[in-house]
Amino acid sequence: MSLAPATTSYLDHAATTPMVPEAIAAMQDAMLEGGNPSSLHGSGRRARRRVEEARELIAQRIGARPSEVVFLSGGTEADNLAVKGLYWSRHRSDPARRRAVASAIEHHAVLDSLAWLEKSEGAVVDLVGVDAVGRVDVDALRATLERDPSDVALISCMWANNELGTVQPIPEIVALAREHGIPVHSDAVQALAHLPVDFAASGLDAMSLASHKVGGPTGVGALVARRELEAVPLVHGGGQERDLRSGTLNTAAIAAFAVAVDLAVTRREDESARLEALRRRLVEGLRQAVPEAVVNGDPEPGPQSRLPHVVHLTFPGAEGDSLLMLLDAAGIECSTGSACSAGVPQASHVLTAMGLDDLAARGSLRFSMGHTTTAADVDRLLATLPGIYERARAASTAGRR
Amino acid sequence: MRVLAAMSGGVDSAVAAARAKDAGHDVTGVHLALSRNPQSYRTGARGCCSIEDSNDARRAADVIGIPFYVWDMSEEFHEEVVEDFIAEYAAGRTPNPCLRCNEKIKFAAVLDRALALGFDAVVTGHYARLETASDGTVEMHRAVDHAKDQSYVLGVLTADQIAHSMFPLGTDTKDEVRREAERRGLQVAHKPDSHDICFVADGDTPGWLHDKLGTRPGVVVDEGGEVLREHEGSFAFTIGQRRGLRLGRPAADGRPRFVLDIEPVSGTVTVGPREHLAVDGLMGIRPLWCGAPPDGELSCTVQLRAHGDEHRASVRLDGDRLHVDLHDPADGIAPGQAVVVYDGTRVVGSATISATRRVAGAVPVR
Repeated sequence: MSLAPATTSYLDHAATTPMVPEAIAAMQDAMLEGGNPSSLHGSGRRARRRVEEARELIAQRIGARPSEVVFLSGGTEADNLAVKGLYWSRHRSDPARRRAVASAIEHHAVLDSLAWLEKSEGAVVDLVGVDAVGRVDVDALRATLERDPSDVALISCMWANNELGTVQPIPEIVALAREHGIPVHSDAVQALAHLPVDFAASGLDAMSLASHKVGGPTGVGALVARRELEAVPLVHGGGQERDLRSGTLNTAAIAAFAVAVDLAVTRREDESARLEALRRRLVEGLRQAVPEAVVNGDPEPGPQSRLPHVVHLTFPGAEGDSLLMLLDAAGIECSTGSACSAGVPQASHVLTAMGLDDLAARGSLRFSMGHTTTAADVDRLLATLPGIYERARAASTAGRR
Repeated sequence: MRVLAAMSGGVDSAVAAARAKDAGHDVTGVHLALSRNPQSYRTGARGCCSIEDSNDARRAADVIGIPFYVWDMSEEFHEEVVEDFIAEYAAGRTPNPCLRCNEKIKFAAVLDRALALGFDAVVTGHYARLETASDGTVEMHRAVDHAKDQSYVLGVLTADQIAHSMFPLGTDTKDEVRREAERRGLQVAHKPDSHDICFVADGDTPGWLHDKLGTRPGVVVDEGGEVLREHEGSFAFTIGQRRGLRLGRPAADGRPRFVLDIEPVSGTVTVGPREHLAVDGLMGIRPLWCGAPPDGELSCTVQLRAHGDEHRASVRLDGDRLHVDLHDPADGIAPGQAVVVYDGTRVVGSATISATRRVAGAVPVR
């Protein structure tokens, strides 16, 4: 049974994408069997086998070694562990290392971890700006590092931005960091299903993954971390995951995560081409339907430029929340892409970082497509948007009279 | 009709939304975020601005089965209500922020936006009744439960705003509404009522004003001009106030003293005996009418503060000034408060009190 109306066009896959049936089946299978992978008896061994097979499958699909895959609760925990764990470890081995460098458009899981380090641990946080398409300014990063490379504990930069879809210059950043021996972490949560992600080839030291963005369940993810990387754990206990992370392993979710990663990666090329075509249909259709709308992010297609499934739009003179509400009522689901506490919309830090003013930032929506999206969803959006935009624009003036 | 339910997170607005849904309307719930940083306003179960309240409203919408959103009204609220509140106190007046919020936010910014978005009306949990008169105009009346009646804080609404409003609770008592909430499975059925000013986190209004306005020293004097104490800001006083004056020594006759007058420029606060508070006339500015403005002299009743008594009066409109003669004197009437005019149970309109006339022999008129 589904709570959503059958007629919903779900265009918020970057928030979470529906589980693929194969992952649901794998999860159910493991749940029916049960067992704690740390137990020494037969049930435990069978559960452990599922976990290790999952680890091997994920490692194989992302160009990592199985021992580099550390399971945990999701992307946020992976980011927290990478940022805090790396900072603590590097600062401990050399107290002069007090700087943490990241892009200004990181996910809040990274930014808030950095802010916490700054406030509670005396870290100095340097955020590097982005250009008009939302790509990190590598020259600015170089300047920041070269001010004093010896005091930098870590660099964190996402693989692809979750709001705009802009792919970040990870190879350049890794090359820069290598010159100074600084470890680099990347949040690859949005990249995994849509871009060729190869951990070994990337040269990264740590990388965050989340299951529910690729068709697996929520509540599970991984930090992919090089064996020799030293990080201080956040969660202490049984030491289940390389002593980097404790807690009884979530066997069923891990098994489903692996199935989802496997399918997402093996289907990626075809699926990315399909989504890119849908995106083109949407952007081209929009020129007719709502010519005022501005497409944000990198206009160039391709895995070095942007994610194929994200369309980020600014609707001048309209409020994002009005648009979202009207679209929702019309059965089209999207996101304002903004951080919410108590549901209070704030202008996105990503959009303000790339130079949008507060008003434009608040008039923006993110549409993100995925494995359930069809041309009919795109056409429906194009047919619905003009009337809704007009109405939302009127509401914006009405509220400010 | 497509109806927008303003849901504070309290029991009243939840039941009002549920009733609108039962009546067959297409209802959408909206919680108004009045602060960008909810923690800076009051948290806990009492206010209308906290994260808990937003969650309570969301859960009520789930139970009722309506879509729910949070609307950011923080800028409008700050400009129209909070800044006005501060400015009014700084000018020696006593504002009512709930009326101001109804006039400028709930039934203006929110209603306008709702209408533009395709809604037909806004429904709230206020206790007041709307009745359609024989000529088709919509009249606003006092709630049946006089103890809960909120027509006073709605007295600022115009006929047009009323025509796009729904108050489904006006015919019931609070107890009935709570019982209904329980029957409907709404978790907020027994949530305490909010009483204080929602944007003053700890309920300490003088302390909050002191933070905003700083120290503005002045003196408290008796009617003879003798200085009784110094103070840090006249905004900590309200006309008619008796408690917390900290005058040190009692009056010569040993009787309690009340704030009679506040002079904001010099910061002089005058105190005296209760009978000198008596007012038999007042002037109102910024009149707002729920229907036709009174033509000539109107014999009516007026209410001069929230949950205050009704006073028999005659009112006369002179341009944009409302002259009010009270047939029975009233005590502790503070400029800045609203005078709401009633014809029986019907709300005629309102004005903001700008000056009062003391009963002959009392302190000078301001």
